[in-house]
Amino acid sequence: MRKGEFAKLIVIVAVIIGLFIAFVSPLAYSIRQGLDLQGGTHVVLEAEDTPEAPVNNDAMDRVTHIMEKRVNELGLTEPIIQRQGERRVIVELPGINDPDKAIQVIGKTAMLEFKDEAGNTVLTGTDLKDAKEQTDQRGQNLVALEFSDEGGEKFGKLTTENVGRRIAILLDGEVLTAPNVNEPILGGKAVITGSRTLEEAHNLAILLRSGALPVKVNIIETRTVGPTLGQDSKDKSEFAFTIGIGAVLIFMLLFYRLSGLVADISLMAYVLMLLAALKFLDATLTLPGVAGIILSIGMAVDANVLIFEHFKEEVLTGKTLRMAMSAGFKRAFTTIFDSNITTIIASIVLFMFGTGSIRGFAITLGLGVVLSMITAVSLTQYMLKLLIGANIFQNPFVFGAKSGDASGEVPQNV
Amino acid sequence: MSKNKKPVQKADPNEEYMKGRFDIVGRRKIWYLLSLCVIIPGIICMIVKGFNFGIDFTGGTIMEMRFDEPVAITSVRDVMKEYKLDSSTIQLSGADSSVTEATDVMIRTVDLEENERKAIMATLKDKLGNYSVLREEKVGATMGSELLLNALWATLLSWALIVAYVSMRFEFKFGLASVLALVHDVLVVLAVFSFLQKQIDSSFVAALLTIVGYSINDTIVIFDRIRENLKLHFRRGGDITALANRSIYQTLTRSIYTVCTVLFTTLALYFFGGDTTRDFSFALLVGFFSGCYSSIFIASPLWVTLRGAGESRKDAKAEEEIKTEKE
Repeated sequence: MRKGEFAKLIVIVAVIIGLFIAFVSPLAYSIRQGLDLQGGTHVVLEAEDTPEAPVNNDAMDRVTHIMEKRVNELGLTEPIIQRQGERRVIVELPGINDPDKAIQVIGKTAMLEFKDEAGNTVLTGTDLKDAKEQTDQRGQNLVALEFSDEGGEKFGKLTTENVGRRIAILLDGEVLTAPNVNEPILGGKAVITGSRTLEEAHNLAILLRSGALPVKVNIIETRTVGPTLGQDSKDKSEFAFTIGIGAVLIFMLLFYRLSGLVADISLMAYVLMLLAALKFLDATLTLPGVAGIILSIGMAVDANVLIFEHFKEEVLTGKTLRMAMSAGFKRAFTTIFDSNITTIIASIVLFMFGTGSIRGFAITLGLGVVLSMITAVSLTQYMLKLLIGANIFQNPFVFGAKSGDASGEVPQNV
Repeated sequence: MSKNKKPVQKADPNEEYMKGRFDIVGRRKIWYLLSLCVIIPGIICMIVKGFNFGIDFTGGTIMEMRFDEPVAITSVRDVMKEYKLDSSTIQLSGADSSVTEATDVMIRTVDLEENERKAIMATLKDKLGNYSVLREEKVGATMGSELLLNALWATLLSWALIVAYVSMRFEFKFGLASVLALVHDVLVVLAVFSFLQKQIDSSFVAALLTIVGYSINDTIVIFDRIRENLKLHFRRGGDITALANRSIYQTLTRSIYTVCTVLFTTLALYFFGGDTTRDFSFALLVGFFSGCYSSIFIASPLWVTLRGAGESRKDAKAEEEIKTEKE
């Protein structure tokens, strides 16, 4: 029976250490990384009211949808497009090479107009069915347009009426090209020339395909982290993480001996659980998020320290190890509960009011506190019970306590 | 109150415990004064010098690049002059950097238009040589005030909720004392950031709220012990100062161990986490230190003071009642 408990304990310890070594880094790397860690561009767009087009919910939904289309067609991996609040859209583009070009494509209203010589708008972007970039036989880069049935008719009429005159094709009020009409074009097709490169033609085609934004949109914030800096931050925070957690593990071992070892094991389990939870929630790990994790490790230790300190006190009053343990846990639990609830309150408030990376931080901190409470009161307790039950060590010293011959109060030992 | 202890027939277990120990709560005026010595100059400094707000708050543009060859700060400034931006902040950092030359350059300007920023970056490439972009940030001025307002609301809301929770689980005086200790910690961190003119950005807000979380956590543990001792070892007319002292000493090991472990992790972040998290971890370091100090030297003494104020009012009332009875 005693041997059985000890064997159980050994198995648990071995499993947790094994899992920790095997999974901690693959798990950490499988969590989606924020732009500050892997490099990329973060753009915040804000819609502005204009007399012609006031901002409303429907318009914002369309803006978001158009953004998704544009970003997807740019061929960027794992973009995030999110509506935020009433009139903002956040676009995150990880691992992007040329952020300026992307920002340009994203921010354009892309209002296409065909005008006759008198300046009347005859067709708009809504009359288009498709747009594709091409290079013609002469090596000229162009965008081939295909009109809808109605658009084709309108275009046919425009070209018929304007033979020998100029028409203008404008994007957001700027003239893209102003060709001479030689003959009526009735096939519902046209081309826009004037792109310097095929890529420029490609981007223009994307804009035309995705359609015009229904409201005026301004870029109010852009943040780009280059891949060098991202990698640098990643390496450094990884190193800081290793050092920090290493110092805590050694500290616990030195001051609480065997109990400290138990605490270290549950700390490892805690780190794994936290990472798994973040992965499960599909959270994005940002730099403040990593800081939140590092911090929550410090706080996870606190629950163990509280338990051990209460345990030490109970041992000093002359209780047996087993009784001291359960009494210590009981008393520590209210303390842990009350003190952690207040931290959880703070992180919930942070989550509600924070944006972006602050939110990531709030999630890791809040989740960390909850999980640390769970591991401390279940796993640490269970392992200590097994350890005491195994009855191999009877000297309270190995559990971090002094032997119970003192006056009934904890001496000041620091 | 601590100086003139009431004579009690039976030895107070708390006073017994405190024999030969340093009286923390009795010297509370010294601790209050010590904290005010940081906070009052801090508030003056906040008013006079203000804060060094980052572009998250002020709006602006940051360009950070790593040049292939070290460049001189003066030549960067010359380029900025062409765009009438010579008042911009230019910082050098990175490997083999000196006071005047470095490969890593950070330029902070007012909020620039996309085109203007691109033009500047092109000119820098032309005149100073090739570089790779480490970081580019552009924040509109409107975002900043929003962030500040949100942060303020978040802080006030979290305080109100904490007072409510602690009042519910303990009593109002505990709640008030713990939040006053929090305000103390927030003011200390703000004071230090104003003194040193360290940059305040959005992650600072996160740091501040973490400190709030930590400090309250730390304080509650001591209050929890006071609550327990009140039930177990306190008789009417006993010495409340000795009781608070005893509770502080009983939780002292835990207070120190815990602050040590969070300081380990934060110090690791400060020294090894790189430039991007340095100010963040600095704020945390100051905050944790202050939080640990305040839960021992400020929170519990404040509770004794608050309780004393309540008690003496009660006493005065009782005395008056006795007087009126006599008459």
